[in-house]
Parts: sequence; C-alpha cells; structure tokens
Amino acid sequence: MSLLQVENLALHFGGLKAIDDLSFGVEKGEVFAIIGPNGAGKTSVFNVITRIFSPTEGRILFDGRDITRLPREAIAGARIARTFQNIELFEKATVLDNLLLGRHRFARGGFVAQMLRLPHVAAAERADRDAIETIINVLELSPYRTVPVSELPYGVRKIVEIGRALAIDPTLILLDEPASGLNPEETRDLSFWIEDIRADLDVTVIMVEHDMSLVADVADRVLCMNLGRVLATGTAAEVQSHPDVVAAYLGA
Amino acid sequence: MRFHYETDYGDSQRLLRYAGDWIAWLALAVALLVAPFVLPRFMIGELSYIFILATASLGLMVLMGYTGQVSLGPAAFVAIGAYVHAVVLSMGVPLPLSLLGGSLATAVAGVIVGVPAIRVSGLYLAMVTMAFSIIVEHIIGRWKSVTGGHTGLPVPDAALFGYSLAGPKGFYYLCLAVLVLVFIGLVNVLRSSIGRAFEGVRDSEAAAYSLGVSVPAYKIGAFVLSSGVLGLAGGLMAHHVQHLTPEGFGLILSLELVLMVVIGGLGSLRGAILGAILIGFLPRIISMVKPLLPGASGQQFGLEIFIYGLILLLFVLFEPTGLNGRWLKLKALVTHFPLYRRDTFKRTKTYMKSERYR
Repeated sequence: MSLLQVENLALHFGGLKAIDDLSFGVEKGEVFAIIGPNGAGKTSVFNVITRIFSPTEGRILFDGRDITRLPREAIAGARIARTFQNIELFEKATVLDNLLLGRHRFARGGFVAQMLRLPHVAAAERADRDAIETIINVLELSPYRTVPVSELPYGVRKIVEIGRALAIDPTLILLDEPASGLNPEETRDLSFWIEDIRADLDVTVIMVEHDMSLVADVADRVLCMNLGRVLATGTAAEVQSHPDVVAAYLGA
Repeated sequence: MRFHYETDYGDSQRLLRYAGDWIAWLALAVALLVAPFVLPRFMIGELSYIFILATASLGLMVLMGYTGQVSLGPAAFVAIGAYVHAVVLSMGVPLPLSLLGGSLATAVAGVIVGVPAIRVSGLYLAMVTMAFSIIVEHIIGRWKSVTGGHTGLPVPDAALFGYSLAGPKGFYYLCLAVLVLVFIGLVNVLRSSIGRAFEGVRDSEAAAYSLGVSVPAYKIGAFVLSSGVLGLAGGLMAHHVQHLTPEGFGLILSLELVLMVVIGGLGSLRGAILGAILIGFLPRIISMVKPLLPGASGQQFGLEIFIYGLILLLFVLFEPTGLNGRWLKLKALVTHFPLYRRDTFKRTKTYMKSERYR
C-alpha cells in the first residue's frame, strides 16, 4: 500500500478542469517529483491534498486513511506538511518564532495556563525549542535564529519555510517549487537537504519543480502533468524523453 | 556593547535577563507607587485615566496589532463593560466581581461580533466593527429603563473590602493594579503558542492553516480576549467619569484608541502603553499650548482633531513602526554606543506575497 494514494482526482472550477481524473501513488521513503508546463495543475494537486480546495471527484488516501474531507487545519495533525510557491512565512516574526509556530500542534496548556505561564507551559516551550534546534542544525539556520524573516535574503527564506514545515514532525512533506529563485549554489545545497530530509529525518518528499537538473538529481520517480492529466510517469530520464512530454513542452 | 549569551533554552524565555532590566523596572515600579504621595491631586486623577486608557489600548492591540483584525469600534466594548459594571455594582455586588462580570459580558459581546465579523477582513471588517459601535451607542441611548438613556447613569463609588476607593489615591492604585495584571497576563499569552498563532493568522492565513492553526477559532479568540480587556477598562472608566452617557463612548473614543495602537506601533504591547500615554496627555498639552498660539488660531473649533490627524500622518510617513520603533532605536543607540549604525533598522523590500488562498 502506498503512503499517499490519489484516486481519480478531479477539481473543476466551472468549466475549467484544473485536475481531471488524476491517479498516482507515492511510496514511503520516496522523493517524488511532479513536473509539467505552467497551468498543468501541479500546485492544485498540493492544494487539494492540503484541503485548500475540495476535489470535485475522487479521493485521497494517506497512510490508509481517507483525508479527502478532513478539515483544513487537521492536515498538519495527519503529519502532512507543505511549503508554498510564493513564500508564506510570518514576516514580522523571527526565524525562531516561525519555527516554533510549526510546533503549534504540540502546544500544551489552555489560555489560563499560558496566561499564568504555569510550569508545564514553560516546559513545553523548552521541549519545542529543543525540537526545532534539531531542524536548525540540519538546515544550517543557526546564524539567523533571532533575525526577523523580513530581513532575510530570499534563498534563506525558502529554507526557513522548509524548516517550518519540518517542525510539525511530518511523514510527508510537499515542496512547491523549492528551487525557484535560488542561485545554482543554493539549488545544489537544496538537493543535499532534500536527501537529508528523506534519509535522516525519514520524511517522504513530493515536490513540484521546474528545475530539471534538481529533479534529475534527487527524484526517484517523476510524474509529468499537462492540463490536469498524467502525461507520463517514470524516472527523470524516461519522462524527459517521453514523446508526449516533449510535445507538451515544445508544442506538437 | 552587550552580547546575548545563552547556556540553556530557559535563558531565552526569561523576561528580565540583565541587571539593567531589573533596575529599570524596579525604578518604574517605585516611581508609580510613590507618585500619588508626591503629585498634586489633579495629576493623580490624570494618571489614573492614562492607566485606564493603557489597559484599553492593550486590549485593542491584541486584536489589531497581533491578530491583524482591524477594529474601528473598540469604544463599544468599553461602553458595554462600563454599563454592565455600573448596573451590577449598583445591585450591591462587590467591586472585583462586578468588574469581572463586566469584562465577561463584554467578552460575550466579543463572540457575538467576532463570529460574523471574521468572514470579512480589512476595510469591510473596519466597517462591521464601526457599525457595531454605532448600534451599541444607539441601544444605550434608547434602553432607558436600564441605562438611563441620554440623561445618563450615575456610577456608585468604588469600594474594596469595605475601604472606599472614591478618593484619587485609592482609585489610582486600583487602576494601576488592573493595568499591571492585564499587562503581565498578555505578555505571557503572547509569548506562548496562542500568541504565536495570533501572529501567524496576521501574517499568513494559508501558512497558519497548514501548521494546524484553526484560523477562525483564533480570530474569534482574539476578539474575545480583546473585548474582555476592553470591558475591564470600561469598568474602570465608569468610575473615572462617574456619570455614564452614551456620548462618552462614541466614535471619538474609538478613534483615540485606534490612534494609540497605531502610533504606539502595531504588534507591541510597549507601543500600546506608550501610545496611550501620548494620546492621553495630548488634550492637556494642547490646552497648555493653546494660549501661546498667535491670534485666533488658538480659538479654532476642532483643533484637537486636527492635531490627532497631524500626528497620525507624521507617524505613518516618518515612523511606521510607531513609538515602539523609536524606543527600540533609542535603546540600540544606548547599548551599542558608539557603534550604532542607523541602517540597522533599514528594512528590505518585502517580497511578493500570495493572496490567492486565504
């Protein structure tokens, strides 16, 4: 049984079929890439999985459980984390606070306990801090701990967002164009980190990405979409040489 | 120069980390405790009023500064707190219970406004809250059997455990105590998971959802917390004005409160208090300066509103981070002297943010 199973998924906005009868499975421990031309419906797939949109048809199974109708805020509890195409960090907060907010689902204590700062609240804060320090170490964010996000360069923000997603302690992480806007050096670092996330943190990765060198580097399997449908699945090399894929990108 | 040096995670949680912090806060505490014995009677009343405004301003700051929900009707919550407190107190209920009752009733009003209001944001939310404020003012004006309508409602004298707090000194300490308790409570809430979730809702709802924050619940929660504190301030305000009329809780009071949080610096409790001090003393300063103005300009009607507007304009243009930002710069200047760099506080351009899925 796959970790994530997408079955006959469809997302229609009136007559526009953003996703049309899409099925695929992602195995545990895999790095799975979704590629495709602009408007192919890649980000829509992420938005349906994380419940920003409700699918018109089809269902999504995660770890054997149907998550198609879960409330939006329960996705983190199901241990699915995501990043966004246009960084959605908490701009005015520091890197530490951003990462700590990633630990929100582990928060202890009600309003009164937090107001009085009871010992167990303070202890939970220390435990959260301990957990995010691991992430800070893995992603080498230690120089930026107390820097507000609004002062960070773009490349670092991208990594902070990945760190925040990792802070929820996910089994599956969805990366939406992690390399967009990064320079070649940062992209190379990113490919190492994705490898670390999979191997050391034991997190399955699905990423939407346009940078084929990164995809070829890290992805075990690649799915190419166009107009909401699957064009081809396979290794990066297989997909890149698939005639339908070439036609979709270059025009037949 | 001072370097942050932490040996365990508890260090970063500590509020007062350095000897200097302790000394400064102790000095402030002593000054505030001694003040009523030194200052003239009139100034004691003035300071009590500043404490009440600061409490209200803290309440509004939670909603506007931390959760990013615009409210142009905070005066309505102050009014509800004031009237409920006055009515309950005249039934013979002890002061602490009556104050809490007013605060709770206002928190309930916060739920009633919050549940429908969170469906809209920005300008529309501002209009909803403003409409609520106008409705409350009218209800108070018409509901004569309870509120006394426009003729007003006398407020019984404050008394605590048999001691009368009607004099300026007793009332001063009551207001100070409420302000300190509210301040400490809010500091603790805002540095815990609830406060971070508020900031998450403010900066990116999409991201907050993806981290498991129930955005509607936290928005309503912010309304409830904010209105509860505003209601508490309202209870004290009732004693300050001694005779409640709906006109006292109109748009002008709302405007003053909004000015306090904006000029103080959105997203900072210190800013809320600094803003309350500035706006609270402003009428006094204006009346002092008035005779010095040349010719008829001092007698012009609406001079105060003009100056409010001018101050807001100057802050928005030249110091968007408000009094709190000014304070942080001064502090950096002192602690880093002589190595202060002015560009430390230069902000980089914010990058494009997606507003597509909220």
